[in-house]
Amino acid sequence: MKQAVFERQHQADWQEFAAQLDALEGGKPRSTQPGTFPAAYRRLCQQLALAESRGYSSQLIEQLRQLALRGHQQLYRHRSPLLGRLLGFISGGFARTVRAQWRYVLAASVLFYGSLLGMATLVYLFPDLVYSVLPADQVAQMEQMYDPDASRLGRFAERGAGDDWLMFGYYIMNNIGIAFQTFASGLLFGLGTLFFLLFNGLTIGAVAGHLSGIGYHQPFWSFVIGHGAFELTAITFAGAAGLQLGVALLAPGRLTRGNALRQAARQGIQLVGGATLFLLIAAFVEAYWSSMTLATPAIKYIVGALLWLIVAIYFCLAGRGQHAAE
Amino acid sequence: MYSTLDRQDLLDTSLRVETPEGIDLLLRPAGLVPRALAFAIDLVIRAAILLVLFFTLGLLGKFGMGLGTLLLFLVQWWYMVLFEVLNQGRTPGKYWLGLRVVHDDGTPVGWSSSLTRNLLRFVDMLPFGYFLGALSCLGHPAFKRLGDLAAGTLVIYQEKPQARPALPDVEPVAPPVALTLDEQRALIGFAERHGALSAERRQELASILAEPLGSNEEHAEAKIHGIARSLVGSS
Repeated sequence: MKQAVFERQHQADWQEFAAQLDALEGGKPRSTQPGTFPAAYRRLCQQLALAESRGYSSQLIEQLRQLALRGHQQLYRHRSPLLGRLLGFISGGFARTVRAQWRYVLAASVLFYGSLLGMATLVYLFPDLVYSVLPADQVAQMEQMYDPDASRLGRFAERGAGDDWLMFGYYIMNNIGIAFQTFASGLLFGLGTLFFLLFNGLTIGAVAGHLSGIGYHQPFWSFVIGHGAFELTAITFAGAAGLQLGVALLAPGRLTRGNALRQAARQGIQLVGGATLFLLIAAFVEAYWSSMTLATPAIKYIVGALLWLIVAIYFCLAGRGQHAAE
Repeated sequence: MYSTLDRQDLLDTSLRVETPEGIDLLLRPAGLVPRALAFAIDLVIRAAILLVLFFTLGLLGKFGMGLGTLLLFLVQWWYMVLFEVLNQGRTPGKYWLGLRVVHDDGTPVGWSSSLTRNLLRFVDMLPFGYFLGALSCLGHPAFKRLGDLAAGTLVIYQEKPQARPALPDVEPVAPPVALTLDEQRALIGFAERHGALSAERRQELASILAEPLGSNEEHAEAKIHGIARSLVGSS
């Protein structure tokens, strides 16, 4: 068949297909003929293959290729509802991912909690050590924040009830930003993640050891225990994801480095997504529960322990059921 | 049957991706300069958004500041992701420059890969002003920055449909010898491009084929046009 005849035969099809594409790309798929698009796309692919194998002009082939590329973009677009996927992720997918990556989670936890507890013990035993980790004015600020006589606790302690909202925003901005950086800097052969994990562990450990040492342990521990269940685990998850990137680059195994990195990033981003959700919860708890002084420390310890227990149960049991795959 | 031309390595930077439908898509990756310009436009837009937020929410006091930090977080980390996923792989800057983000296999970018490439932007910016990202972009055949490498994504040009040139209006002439597909395509290509070439250049090119086509140098061009017309068929 000559090219001119071929074009005459299919010109109307191509214009119709281009119109469908315009509608889809504009975000308003036409409801009049549902289901005609995949068939039209397959027809176009067949016409393109024919045009190529018959040696038609490059200009015609280019035109058809552009249509095929645009059609490909629309056909393979994911349209699964975001809310459903999010619920599936929360109800089991996240816990499964964490269990599957337990080696990295364990390594990040050892690094983070190890440096935290080690530093806290050291500062508790040798109080002057805190000044070699933190600048003096920051230590003074911490002391003021967790002063047992203060009416409200935590960062920006001198606030009133209306400021919880401001703190909520601040916690989200600050903590999720740190989690993202912990993950991303794993691309520097894991060194960045290592730095963020140890830096945060040492800083938090120094503060904890110092405040416990000077007798502020009650306000401090009762403040952090609640949201710590979510915040500290989230940091270790972001660290696990970052370590995964670093290991993929350093020891890719039987894959190429590029493939290993892509695989690690695909699994790591799930951990980071879960960590983000956890930090949202932590920010909420920190702004609205931890800073409250109405509850006695005893209640706060009980609620805090319960929250840790819930987190532990979630990661041990969620997503193990028979229908968990859905 | 494919002609040899389709299977050769391409001369330019285009990537060939085979789809499940058995056709080849040509993706044209965008280089450092258009991508940097697109980023600069997005940067200006984000700065403008933040400026407006700063002034309007400043009036609302503490509540406004809390809302402001939330929105600052959204704009800083999620601006690119939301636009790329919800707007066909294009942020406003990329839209302006005719770029879009796709997966390596040409499929549209999804939540996880878009989030990956945009979180790793933090590393691309190290140690200052996109140094690592620019190095990686300049060194990679498909101009990928580090985030693209990890997420398996590409930034490609969004092709614009172009008007097809008309063939010269001459009498069809039967080709003197049997032509392969590549030869056919080359002759049609010559005829299609006659408007874009000078008369001297056309004659120079056509005279190369004068002998095999059994013509002389003056008439070779007209003969090629005639053969092209007979290959394409009368419109």
